[in-house]
Amino acid sequence: MSMLVEDAVQPPSSAPRAFLDVRDLKVHFPTDDGLVKSVDGLSFTLEKGQTLGIVGESGSGKSVTAQAVLGLHKGTRAHISGEIWLDGQELVHAGAEDVRRLRGSKMAMIFQDPLSALHPYFKVGAQIAEGYRQYHPDASKAEARDRTIEMLRRVGIPNPDKRFSDYGHQFSGGMRQRAMIAMALVNDPSLLIADEPTTALDVTVQAQIIDLMKDLQSEFGSAIIIITHDLGVVAEIADDVLVMYGGRCAEYGTADDVFYRPQHPYAWGLLGSVTRLDRVREERLRPIPGTPPSLISVPSGCAFNPRCTYAPLNGDRCHTERPNLVQVLPGHSVACHLSDQQRTDIFRDEIKPTL
Amino acid sequence: MGRFLIRRVTGVIVLLFVISFVTFGLFNLVPSNPATLYCGKGCTPEKIAIIEKKLEIDKPFLVQYGRWLKAIPLGRTYGEGDAINVCPAPCFGYSFKEERPVSEIVSAAFPVTFSIAIGAFVLWIVGGVSVGVISALRRGSVLDRGLMFLTLGGYSLPSFFIGAVVLYYPIIAWHWWPVPVYVPFTDNPIEWARNLLPLWIVIAILNAALYTRITRANMLETMSEDYIRTARAKGLSERKVIFKHGLRAALTPIVTIAGLDLGGLLGGAVVTEQVFNFLGLGKITIKAATDYDLPVLLAVTLLAAFFIIVANLIVDILYAAIDPKVRLS
Repeated sequence: MSMLVEDAVQPPSSAPRAFLDVRDLKVHFPTDDGLVKSVDGLSFTLEKGQTLGIVGESGSGKSVTAQAVLGLHKGTRAHISGEIWLDGQELVHAGAEDVRRLRGSKMAMIFQDPLSALHPYFKVGAQIAEGYRQYHPDASKAEARDRTIEMLRRVGIPNPDKRFSDYGHQFSGGMRQRAMIAMALVNDPSLLIADEPTTALDVTVQAQIIDLMKDLQSEFGSAIIIITHDLGVVAEIADDVLVMYGGRCAEYGTADDVFYRPQHPYAWGLLGSVTRLDRVREERLRPIPGTPPSLISVPSGCAFNPRCTYAPLNGDRCHTERPNLVQVLPGHSVACHLSDQQRTDIFRDEIKPTL
Repeated sequence: MGRFLIRRVTGVIVLLFVISFVTFGLFNLVPSNPATLYCGKGCTPEKIAIIEKKLEIDKPFLVQYGRWLKAIPLGRTYGEGDAINVCPAPCFGYSFKEERPVSEIVSAAFPVTFSIAIGAFVLWIVGGVSVGVISALRRGSVLDRGLMFLTLGGYSLPSFFIGAVVLYYPIIAWHWWPVPVYVPFTDNPIEWARNLLPLWIVIAILNAALYTRITRANMLETMSEDYIRTARAKGLSERKVIFKHGLRAALTPIVTIAGLDLGGLLGGAVVTEQVFNFLGLGKITIKAATDYDLPVLLAVTLLAAFFIIVANLIVDILYAAIDPKVRLS
């Protein structure tokens, strides 16, 4: 495989630090109403066999990030900058055709609503086989069919040889998502991006799908990015967690860090709005007040300041100065103006007892 | 499928009976007497009575309708003695104006209309769909806007105007093309096509405009569907994404309107046939209407209804084949 790194456009800052290394990724969409800064300076790394959970509310830039990694914005009006290194190859500045040839082979994606993500007029098996033959042009139809049936069986679809000829609408919701996983994994990708893979499914099926993804990961050793607003899903599967707010990273650390030692007021808010069955509940869930910011006019200073209970502690700073992502502990970063001491105290005294 | 077909075909037959009855009844309610029209100058009540007897309009309505129906499988004769007019089965009535059985008139006109319809249909489907796809893929470009402006023209200009322009400028004024006359396909396929081409173009311009707009709208909608994103995520080339995954979904609704439009056109391209003086179903309809030739009008009305109904049936069957969500039951 040829590597296409356009040194002339942007000199490689340094060798990639990980299997997937995203640096200062920006995805901006010019619209009639103004520039939508869907992703505005996001960095993260991911190793093979590891899982990164990206969490945040709707419109925080999660899906746009995933689609940028996959190169799905190429050829559109989106402005993309930064670097995306996948296995030593830079993708932001690579040609659209080069990135296309990685899609479905080296990196693959599972989408949120499997019914609308499956083509209504083609058989499910044919859609999976099409993906296989795209990267195995010498494979016969029978071989592609065998491979598809094997994948359908592997993701837990009963009677896969019969289900091969069914259409998407003839599958149940969970089966459809399994078929989508089979489609994504048919060429053994080393990076799998799952964009809200369980959102459209009921809870028991969600658990099955998460288990399936964990099994497949241990079997194939692929890197997984799971995008969700469901912290329960992240707790189940993720090694690292990236909390996004307003197109930027609010907090980034291991799952243990973010769940047990969260630093950002937004992360506290997310954790406070999760239902816990292992606790006796005396109070109602506490939603985060307000709504996510418009990505056209992001609040000045910290994007979270209009919804943050603790913003007044810093005088004007949260309204005027955008906080940088700083490391508070090894591997655990947060973008917040509160001091370490303030965050520790608030979390210990006010947040933790209520979680 | 078998049960579906039996049920629908039975429905078609019943519907045709109803249409024939209603049409027959309407013509009987018309307050003018065909006999006086055929009688001409120097008409006497005696003469009128003789003609009425020959046309059988002196009989009660139901008797007339019954005899008309009976003649379809059995054939019949009109008049008595020397002035006998034979109408062999299948007899759909007898035109005293043309002095021929209606079936003869219609079967002479139908190949003309069919030739016009089928060529125009192919032309407008191919043209309309391809222009629609190009416009959708280049949405917002100068090309797209230009094409959409042109289709607006095709959409809004009346057929007699486009027909007259095509007939006058390239054919009569500039002599680019010979004046079209109908040559049967079986005589000379090349001459058939060459003569029909101007008519095809006129009808295609009128219809392609609509198909361009529908194709463009469907294509734009389809290309923003999630399954198109899935196809891209699989690493398919853009060509495959557009022409396999996109077009397959965008064209499905077009089958419905295409089938119905073709069915409607087979009943006669009235204006275009009139402008180019082609003796198809449309032209004989106008002639029959001006001549008060009721048997011909009745037969043409029935035939047009028949094509629409059959086109509907075919579209329903086709839909089950192309849309896996539709099951005939």
